[in-house]
Amino acid sequence: MSATPTTPLSDAPEAGRSPWQDAWQRLRKNKIAVFGGVVLILLTLLCAFGPLFTQSYREMDLDLGPVGPCADHWLGTDIHGRDLLARILYGGRISIMVGLVASLVALAIGVSYGAIAGYAGGKLDTVMMRIVDILYALPFTIFVILMMVFLKEPMQAVDVWLGELSFFGWHAFDEMQGVGKILLLFAAIGAVEWLTMARIVRGQILSIKKMEYIEAARALGYGKARIIFRHMIPNALGPVVVYTTLTIPAVMLLESFLSFLGLGVDAPMSSWGTLIKDGAEKMEEYWWLLVFPGGIFSLTLFSLNFLGDGLRDALDVRSAKD
Amino acid sequence: MFRFIARRLLETIPVLLIIVSATFFMIRFVPGGPFTAEKAVTPEILRNLEAHYGLNQPLHRQYFDYLGKLAHGDLGPSFKYPNRTVNEIIADKLPVSLELGLLSLGIALALGLTAGIIASIWKNTWLDYTASSLAMIGICVPTFVLGPLLVLFFAIHLGRFNASGWYDWQDRVLPALTLGCVYAAYIARLTRGGMLEVLNQDYIRTARAKGASELRVIFKHALRGGLLPVVSFLGPAIAGILTGSFVIETIFQIPGLGREFVTSAFNRDYTLVLGTVLLYATLIVTLNLVVDVVQVWLNPKLKFE
Amino acid sequence: MPTVPAIARFLRLGLAMIGAALALSGQQILRLGNGTEPQDLDPQAVTGLPEHKILMALFEGLLSTDATGQKLEPGIAESWDISPDGLVYTFHLRKDAQWSDGTPLTSADYIQSYRRMLTPELGAEYAYLIFNFVAGAREYYRGEITDFDQVGFKAPDPHTLQVTLKQPTPFLLSIIASHYAWYAVPVHVISKFGPIDRKNTPWTRPGRLVGNGPFVLKEWLPNQRIEVVRNPRYWDAARVKLDEVHFYATEDIAAEERMFRTGQLDITYELPNSKIDVYRRERPESLQTTPYLGVYFYRCNVTRPPLNDKRIRRALALAVNRDTLVKRVLRGGQSPAYAMSHPDCAGYSAQAQLTEDIAEAKRLLAEAGYPGGKGLPPIELLYNTSENHRAIAETLQAMWRKNLGVDVRLTNQEWKVYLDSQHTMNFQLQRSGWIADYIDPHVFFELWETDNGNNNSGWSNPEYDRLLHEALRTADTAARYAIYQKLDAILIDELPAIPLYYYSKTNAMHPRVKGYLPTPLDGHPYKYISIQD
Repeated sequence: MSATPTTPLSDAPEAGRSPWQDAWQRLRKNKIAVFGGVVLILLTLLCAFGPLFTQSYREMDLDLGPVGPCADHWLGTDIHGRDLLARILYGGRISIMVGLVASLVALAIGVSYGAIAGYAGGKLDTVMMRIVDILYALPFTIFVILMMVFLKEPMQAVDVWLGELSFFGWHAFDEMQGVGKILLLFAAIGAVEWLTMARIVRGQILSIKKMEYIEAARALGYGKARIIFRHMIPNALGPVVVYTTLTIPAVMLLESFLSFLGLGVDAPMSSWGTLIKDGAEKMEEYWWLLVFPGGIFSLTLFSLNFLGDGLRDALDVRSAKD
Repeated sequence: MFRFIARRLLETIPVLLIIVSATFFMIRFVPGGPFTAEKAVTPEILRNLEAHYGLNQPLHRQYFDYLGKLAHGDLGPSFKYPNRTVNEIIADKLPVSLELGLLSLGIALALGLTAGIIASIWKNTWLDYTASSLAMIGICVPTFVLGPLLVLFFAIHLGRFNASGWYDWQDRVLPALTLGCVYAAYIARLTRGGMLEVLNQDYIRTARAKGASELRVIFKHALRGGLLPVVSFLGPAIAGILTGSFVIETIFQIPGLGREFVTSAFNRDYTLVLGTVLLYATLIVTLNLVVDVVQVWLNPKLKFE
Repeated sequence: MPTVPAIARFLRLGLAMIGAALALSGQQILRLGNGTEPQDLDPQAVTGLPEHKILMALFEGLLSTDATGQKLEPGIAESWDISPDGLVYTFHLRKDAQWSDGTPLTSADYIQSYRRMLTPELGAEYAYLIFNFVAGAREYYRGEITDFDQVGFKAPDPHTLQVTLKQPTPFLLSIIASHYAWYAVPVHVISKFGPIDRKNTPWTRPGRLVGNGPFVLKEWLPNQRIEVVRNPRYWDAARVKLDEVHFYATEDIAAEERMFRTGQLDITYELPNSKIDVYRRERPESLQTTPYLGVYFYRCNVTRPPLNDKRIRRALALAVNRDTLVKRVLRGGQSPAYAMSHPDCAGYSAQAQLTEDIAEAKRLLAEAGYPGGKGLPPIELLYNTSENHRAIAETLQAMWRKNLGVDVRLTNQEWKVYLDSQHTMNFQLQRSGWIADYIDPHVFFELWETDNGNNNSGWSNPEYDRLLHEALRTADTAARYAIYQKLDAILIDELPAIPLYYYSKTNAMHPRVKGYLPTPLDGHPYKYISIQD
């Protein structure tokens, strides 16, 4: 027999919280992660709208040449006398877009593919993983060249279409030439990065598959898709988040390798990867050409890293409760 | 387990065949051939060159000829360096890439695992932040920046090393360090993530409750599960590191295979492309098999299917 | 029991003695950065400059040059005569000429070498440097005649070689002195390793390769270095001062410059643009700038609008400031090009020149129907991946935009794709260059002939072709150069290509190297080079 039962303050049942809401709360409490997120958002806004207020990124001043930080050019100029701050911000547009979009594409495809393969097991798993092996071993360089060649016409058609696209007379995409090529870039990079993601996810799923709560879900009669997408994947997200934070810098640097093959952005645009590569070759004479793009690249990655760690912690249902 | 391995090995044959065939046809569709040169060769000379290499045969004939030779282990003559066969080139360059790769891998594992484990154990303390930040530096500073920086400091400023080349044992240090640091960063991050997943599990709490020392908890219990994502990543990563890195080999003038992977495509050196792709594919397939076996070993709940 | 300080002292003394012995032995080893790894070392199987530099150490031609690369000198041939009609050249070979394995070098070797070069199955890419000039050679190459005796090579006796030409070719001796296509190859060695007409049998490995030049091949570490050591059987061995030459494969010019700074190299192949000013300021004695016989230009596809309109081509050509381009962007000692031929090439300089004039360019553009650039669709400029090409393209794009209002889009293509676009004429405007193989103005005119494999612009002018052939038949130099002036005038008027600048090679060279002089084709006879510490 119990003592006088304590009555709850109100009769309404306590509102449940979904695990996502839980995660969000945890994330908000993680100061460093929030800081990282804020910095990222600021950088994105700066790169998206900053170039409207800075000097031109393409206007050359050949008589000036490369000069270090000064009153006219806060971050200095490159060998053509172009303002470095403008070029970094403009390049940021490309890099952030490529980094985010390509990684998200890789994420979406890789996670689904890996989860299905891991859960299914047996013959389907074998075939799916061997397909991953095959795609992984094919020469990437040649694949990109082929894409460049065979998709050149469609790319140009996209460019023309976008150039004519206008919102109430404002040609939004006029300044951005070569958008078709950038889309192709996403496709090419995404096509490669999802492979390792799929493998990692499959590895995680294989261990989660044996967990009791999955058996419970099956016993409850949940369908396969629901189990995979609502139960397994959220629990596999930890390493996935971490790996995504590693994929994004790799993608940004991959773009600079692709510009070798003519698949990067067209000059005079450039991305952070290209700016850093140029700067690295001249680092002894014109240190600012490496330090500033490298610095902002690192800042982005550090923020991403902290945010990623925070996300991982937040999503980990077993992390120590406050 | 042995049935599992045997079955996988059997599967590799169709996989490799598909890879070789797909590559064979891919490179023929790319514009430009091995003899496309700045000073155009006259049509007569081009005809003779193509005849010499059998390029004037119908494509399917060339394909079956290649497969036939492949069955004997003959990868053909290189187009770009015609007095060397592809077998020779790979035999010369693979050991170099292997050496560089193994050294770098050793450094990467030593640094990365240590940093990752430390960071996960003392999570959110200064140790974690230091280790993680150092790891981030490895990711933020690309090899084509780190390499020249190291050369500038150690070779030029201190004068203790050669700027490039692969002659004495000292020449191994800077390249292995550069490549190792970058991979160490990835390994550290993935290890930390993996360990954090595991350290919260019930069985770890049980072990601690049973009075096991922290060291034992980590090394005997946590590490097995914590290393899972690292192992998944390491499979293809090792294949990549062993077949050399294009950037490192260019910066340090190392006669390895990494450069050939890229330049053979640029040169449209059909046979060398196929040879390197075949080598890489074999490595990938083998390493993935090893990874799968290791994963089962690490997580006793998994079984060989 | 020797104490530690005593041991140390002993060691120091010993090392000092070894050092002194080495210095006294005075081994002269020249270490060169040589660019890309050579494809092969068979003179009849290669095409590049890195190969050329190594071949000049291992072989020598009938003629050679002095250290400046301009003056002809006897090589394997100690003297030569030319018939009055300019069609028959008789070379008198040295009696003591021998291969590095001791076998005597005779005119029969030359006959067999040229026969191998002209064998179609060999697929020698430079065979045209023989069959364009020698009587019967082209017919033999095409299989129209099968008896090699009908080709214009004769060996009346073991030390005389007679060459009969199709037409008087005034620059033949220059080709023979500068180009490896005319080198003799050791047929007696090659035939040991495979059929004589099969390319790239392994006869070129160390220990097997036999040559007739100042050095022999000692070691070949692929993608690392090639070592050659002096050849005591070389006829002029007494004048050779170097003991060894080491050619390092240097694919990355930034890495090469670092090798120079750590003392691994004595001479580099190139120098990164960003370092040129630094060297000029801080180590001018290590900087070498050589005007190089080549012209950098933008090729126009004259079959496609809008560049099919001569006025637009001219407008583009006039609205560019080449001086700024050369001084501010390239900074490597290049000189602006206002004509398609190189000035002071064997004494020839073009009189017809482009004069930059923005006002005139604007007028032409307006006359063509696009005043201020309005209405002109964007023009695509193609270049192959290289920082240099990109820098130049960006500069010109900005200039055209500012001066003319013309929108030029830049497209970067990977090397082979770019070459393919060139050969299939799939471009509007394309970056290109032309480097001379021999020192004569003819080399800059031959590519614009109709149907020449290197024309690739769609431009065809029958008068130009006629004059070009007439020049080949003209023996008198002054008269020939007068014809070339006309050709230059046509090229500047019609502009199938827009000349931009003349090449220049800049590299680093340690002051201890003597006798390595700037030469127009970047070939350096090694017997004039020495090292003085």
